[in-house]
Amino acid sequence: MEVGAEAKRIMVVALGKLYSSRTQRGGLRLHRSLLLTLVMKSARDMYHAAAQEEEEEYNGVVPRCDPAQVDSNNTTSTSTTTTQTVEPSLEQVSDSFTQPEPMEQTFTHGQTQQSRKRRGKISAVPDFLPLKKAKLDCPTQLVVLVDYVTCSDLGAAPSPIPVPMAIAAC
Amino acid sequence: MGEDAESPKINHTFLRDYVTEADVISTVEFNQTGDLLATGDKGGRVVIFQRETEVYSGEYNVYSTFQSHEPDFDYLKSLEIEEKINKIRWLPQQNAAHFLLSTNDKTIKLWKVSERDKRPEGYNLKDEEGRIKDVSTITSLQVPILKPTDLMVEVRPRRVFANGHTYHVNSISVNSDGETYLSADDLRINMWHLGITDRSFNIVDIKPANMEDLTEVITAAEFHPHHCHLFVYSSSKGSLRLCDMRASALCDKHAKLYEEPEDPGSRSFFSEIISSVSDVKFSHSGRYMLTRDYLTAKVWDLHMDKGPVETYQVHEYLRSKLCSLYENDCIFDKFECVWNSSDSVIMTGAYNSFFRMFDRETGRGVTLEAWRESSKPRAVLRTRRVYTGGKRRRGDVGVDSLDFTKKILHMAWHPAENIIAIAATNNLYIFQDRVNPDAQTQ
Repeated sequence: MEVGAEAKRIMVVALGKLYSSRTQRGGLRLHRSLLLTLVMKSARDMYHAAAQEEEEEYNGVVPRCDPAQVDSNNTTSTSTTTTQTVEPSLEQVSDSFTQPEPMEQTFTHGQTQQSRKRRGKISAVPDFLPLKKAKLDCPTQLVVLVDYVTCSDLGAAPSPIPVPMAIAAC
Repeated sequence: MGEDAESPKINHTFLRDYVTEADVISTVEFNQTGDLLATGDKGGRVVIFQRETEVYSGEYNVYSTFQSHEPDFDYLKSLEIEEKINKIRWLPQQNAAHFLLSTNDKTIKLWKVSERDKRPEGYNLKDEEGRIKDVSTITSLQVPILKPTDLMVEVRPRRVFANGHTYHVNSISVNSDGETYLSADDLRINMWHLGITDRSFNIVDIKPANMEDLTEVITAAEFHPHHCHLFVYSSSKGSLRLCDMRASALCDKHAKLYEEPEDPGSRSFFSEIISSVSDVKFSHSGRYMLTRDYLTAKVWDLHMDKGPVETYQVHEYLRSKLCSLYENDCIFDKFECVWNSSDSVIMTGAYNSFFRMFDRETGRGVTLEAWRESSKPRAVLRTRRVYTGGKRRRGDVGVDSLDFTKKILHMAWHPAENIIAIAATNNLYIFQDRVNPDAQTQ
């Protein structure tokens, strides 16, 4: 999912920048932190929209199984709490946002029906968002962080952030 | 900065390319007559240049240098306070001395710049070195007389306006009343009296009760050039608010809100970042406002709040590069914008040492370069072009060849003449219009 991948990348970059701004000289820059948070929310909404869309497409092919609505709702709220440090409220971000394709449902309601197979992929906490529990070995996350650094084609790339530090930030 | 083509033997380029962070110029400002030009840098120093008066079209030479701010520490929050000078504003001259305000993230200081070209000589009780004489050796009475001496420029701090801001100060603006000034941080604007340092009035406060509800911050503020009760502040959402201090003590409620409806077709991940206004300036006439956001410069008519009356694309070719610019932090760069003396031309900076001027009458823009290697002193600046398609001309620069570390963020235009001061990292360029006072470029 191109859009989803891009959204994911943007979110990871935003998190990295938010984290590194804590240690920079002069203290936390409110304006910059706000802009990063807005970008992150934009990207997250886009990511969820893309994931939902993929879900819908998939459901069109496979017969629906147990509703797993509760799990999916929990997932959304977990992602919210992990990135709560400088977050403004949710409502305003979704309002003017143009979806890639028209979506009937809003994100908080989630999918009413999900196949058991899809659940494993979508309802789990996205692997690129830091978890509250400290994790020592996360090769997946490390790859994601380093990936965009090398892909950056303009100017200096941001310094790679050690994974345990990125997790501890939240 | 730049390579020296004349010394092939020893390669000093690594030294030359290294720019001390402290030398990076962070603000430039002419005084009201244009005879003085002040620059502030990241190291907290202020350098004042003075124009030669005897020569027509005189050059600017260093007049004085002083350390305005030192690095500080907030012990309560365990935060370092940078000494970088964010803004300098001159006060209107009232006597022989000059006064300027300089600010870092937290503290504003008023400096008095005065000249001394005489000194007293012939003291009765002190010898030439200033040592007290042995009283028994004094046999006559002499009165000191003032003798001319080499010109000395003294800069002394006259006021320190501290502890007024919790957040980072981004703007200061002197009121036309000559007695007060405002200082703005991310969430609040304070009004000070130049003579009173222990107290300020809070005139705008947009801090929400719950910081999680924060949606916008103040990015710049300025007093109206003629009406002492009016000021404007810009927000990170791209809107401008004109406030009238006569309406109430706290100007949270704007008198006029200037906003352009968002174009849904151009919506992207970065729409919020690029719509944030980085600078706002009133025209000299007081009728218009000039704003700068990441990709455009806009002229607003005070009488029309529905949208800008003019929009100038500064570097539209960057719109497709926003993701990369976001990754390398360039998308957060805050460009300034300025008017010329007659409000007929606006100017703002860009990347690759380029800066742009727009003629408001014709709507045409021109790109110029502030780069030592491509222009000798007294040579005429040639226009540059960024290649964005179509027929490629010699000298055109491709978008991918642009150097994003060479950014022109700070600049100033002489209040009366066509003289501009451009800050390019640690270098200051001063360009003068020679050929025709009405033409701004070749």
